[in-house]
Amino acid sequence: MRYLPKSPAERKRILAEIGAASIDDLFAVIPAGNRLGRDLAVPRAHAESEVIDYFRAAGKKNATGYASFLGAEAYRHYRPVIIDSLVQRGEFLTSYTPYQAEITQGTLQAIFEFQTMIAELTGMDVANASMYDGSTGAAEAVRMAMRVTGREKAVVAATVHPEYREVMATYARHQELPSTLVGYDPETGRIDLAALEAAITQETAAVLVQSPNFFGVIEDIPAVAALAHAKGALLIVSIAEAVSLGIVRPPVEADIVSLEAQSFGVALSYGGPYCGVIAAKEQFLRQMPGRLVGQTVDGNGNRGFVLTLSTREQHIRREKATSNICTNQALVALMATIFLSVYGKEGIRELAEHNLAKADYAAKTLSAQPGAKLHFSGAPRFNEFVLQTREAPAAWSQRLMDKMIVGGIGLARWYPELGNATLWCATEMVTRAQIDTAAKALAAAPVEAP
Amino acid sequence: MTTNATGPRTLGKVRPHQTQNEALLFEKSSPGKRAYMLPPLDVPAVDAASLLGVAKRDQGAELPELSEIEIIRHFTRLSTWNYAIDLGMYPLGSCTMKYNPRVNELVARVEGLAEAHPYRPDSLAQGILEVIDLLQHCLLEITGMDAITLQPAAGAHGEFTGILLVRAWHESQGNPRRKIIIPDSAHGTNPATAAICGYTVENLKSNAEGGIDLEALAAQVDSETAALMLTNPSTIGVFESQIARIAEILHAKGALLYMDGANMNALVGKARPGDFGVDVMHLNLHKTFSTPHGGGGPGSGPVVCKAFLKPFLPIPVLVQDKDGAKHWNYDRPQSVGRVRAFYGNVGMFIRALAYILANGPDGLRQTTEDAVLNANYIRKKLEDVFELPYKTASMHEVVFSDKLQAAKGVKTGDIAKRLIDYGFHPYTVSFPMIVHGALMIEPTESESLEELDLFIEAMRAIAKEVDETPELVKTAPHSTRVSRLDEVQAARKPILRWAPAVRPNAR
Repeated sequence: MRYLPKSPAERKRILAEIGAASIDDLFAVIPAGNRLGRDLAVPRAHAESEVIDYFRAAGKKNATGYASFLGAEAYRHYRPVIIDSLVQRGEFLTSYTPYQAEITQGTLQAIFEFQTMIAELTGMDVANASMYDGSTGAAEAVRMAMRVTGREKAVVAATVHPEYREVMATYARHQELPSTLVGYDPETGRIDLAALEAAITQETAAVLVQSPNFFGVIEDIPAVAALAHAKGALLIVSIAEAVSLGIVRPPVEADIVSLEAQSFGVALSYGGPYCGVIAAKEQFLRQMPGRLVGQTVDGNGNRGFVLTLSTREQHIRREKATSNICTNQALVALMATIFLSVYGKEGIRELAEHNLAKADYAAKTLSAQPGAKLHFSGAPRFNEFVLQTREAPAAWSQRLMDKMIVGGIGLARWYPELGNATLWCATEMVTRAQIDTAAKALAAAPVEAP
Repeated sequence: MTTNATGPRTLGKVRPHQTQNEALLFEKSSPGKRAYMLPPLDVPAVDAASLLGVAKRDQGAELPELSEIEIIRHFTRLSTWNYAIDLGMYPLGSCTMKYNPRVNELVARVEGLAEAHPYRPDSLAQGILEVIDLLQHCLLEITGMDAITLQPAAGAHGEFTGILLVRAWHESQGNPRRKIIIPDSAHGTNPATAAICGYTVENLKSNAEGGIDLEALAAQVDSETAALMLTNPSTIGVFESQIARIAEILHAKGALLYMDGANMNALVGKARPGDFGVDVMHLNLHKTFSTPHGGGGPGSGPVVCKAFLKPFLPIPVLVQDKDGAKHWNYDRPQSVGRVRAFYGNVGMFIRALAYILANGPDGLRQTTEDAVLNANYIRKKLEDVFELPYKTASMHEVVFSDKLQAAKGVKTGDIAKRLIDYGFHPYTVSFPMIVHGALMIEPTESESLEELDLFIEAMRAIAKEVDETPELVKTAPHSTRVSRLDEVQAARKPILRWAPAVRPNAR
């Protein structure tokens, strides 16, 4: 009861003021048969120290101290300390959506800064205040393209994260919107341009690609854009590894960019909360989903910020809204804003270069081991790569785990044709020693019988 | 504060100070400043141009360049421009702005949990899977339901998931049906959700008590009705005492009862939706279960349902082996699919479970009782100065109207702004729409008697001002860093990002 600021005497006093004999009077409106006449069967009340003990034990049981080569749209980057110092300020943490602009200028200005940074990074004109994550952002971007073009079909690259594609399918199921899947070039891992050209029709609302794609390969965005635009379709680029934007050319030819900003200082946290965001060309602004912060002035001419263009949103338009989204990921967007302030213009490039170097070294070192080779070597990559091994991943991954290393993730669950292929990620957090140890463990395959 | 012929002015004293004039990050930037340092590169450096070719970025993004202390000051100064629960009462009806326990923040950052990659092998994730399992168990017990998914990222996302379950079940019965019935008192997310799921929205007019009109409902439900989306307690804070009958009417026609769980803070430990006929509902962990609103998110919107809807839950679902090991099961042919990558906003699950553990059964029940007690106290203390459009018993929130004040030309929005001058966050303004000029007040359990009395005093003082000096109220707030902002200008010529060209003249 340590969170409840009332003494038993005060409760009695309030009841007397209300004119109720007991607290039960206030619940009498619930029919007796519908009232719960017993304690909830949940764990007993825990002291604060016990709560901490419980979660620390869970953390230990989860295992700590492993080096990890896992990526696949959830990236381990260093999180500067001041992120948590600042987002835990009660004024940010315990504030609501900034509908009352006069007393939420802090949140509003920070979101305005976030929108500016995302527009800068992605090469788009405008960005919104955030979406739930990259997967729902991509699905909402496709729906947005449908509204812009008045068309109802989508062409989607098979190299978009499989789970993003599953989310999109869920969103599209009751919206017409049949989607065509376009495969990848077996040499480069990029979208098959000939197949893409054939798949786009006059009914295509949008082409959706991811870059770097699920295999870590950077797509040829200008070429994809040309094919989409030739048929009047919009190009949506999904970006899941946001740090890539420090060194990889932004998709300026895209009409809509759906970014997952988790890489910008957001903990892995077993998959969430992360931070999606939709950025776009200005002419599509009024079809954007989600909240937008705009600059204005107050009665004395002072600069201030407000939530704006809300006639797109559910609390005004109800069933005619661009989306049903209400709560977004504001505090996570603030983390990203602080992260980008820390790294700044030079830092984000330097950080991206370190990722490029680590992944290049890891790709070369691991693929040099007997029975291993690099897949999709014909196109540029950022910090991920696909490794093909003679041995099944289940066999070598245990040898790596014995060395406290979690290796790449198997791709066969999504791409059966890729057999033993695994997707590896090396961010700035991976050390050369860990890469070398992983390579040794990978090489230590049992000697095959002659 | 000064008052003259043209009405009150901004205090003025707050604006000149440096902490009140913090510029945008971009305006503070100078080339060459650094707030970071990377460790020495322990692998060979690479030539980005040769690795990336034409895919290399030529022009860096114009991110600000600042030192660490400037960043700390920047965001700390911005933070002081916000109101927050930590500063005082935040009586936003329907939003459940309760205390956010700090231990929740600590445990969400425990190393083995915060750093867990979503694709780590299940054998290295048993700790977090146990946390998820225990939270699922608790939420099912609290709601009296049979099955659960934690995947939805927020309340509206939970609604989307819940209505997809409804639709999938109807499809399995041979007809997805065409329409969803939604009371006119509902949150805007309800109709928006129904539309996204391919349903036609049919409005249901509330009865004289602000509740469901049983006869109208019975007349409206037919073989094409997929579900009724009902908020209970309703958005006027009233429990639908005919809830069992409502469920019967729906079920008799093969329609389902969806409950918007936004107001679950009125029920935890006292009554369970699963016991009064609800088939499927969502919860808002950021309302009922104390996870912070964070200026607009992240939230978390678990969906709980009856057993017959379980086959349709999003993939994956958590299952347990005979030996007790937990893992994710993706093999669910009837699933509606995924609604989000990975497993949901796991960091919020940890915080919500910490809240449940800290409270236990007695704490959860007392929390609900205090929330209802507080709302009724405010009702009692204000009902003589503000009109109460519905006299039905209130639960966790009370809705007044501005009828008495509007006669003097003062609207609910003005009273809300004036409340800011008294040190409180406004209540929810002009919602629900069935109450003209609504003042929707939800104190939650987190307010002490002292804070409640201060709020009541402020509201009564404003009611008096409306009679005596209405201009003072109509031009509020007067004590804030900025006065009322020009929303029309913001929307007419949107400036949504900083650029050197739109930099205002230095003041």
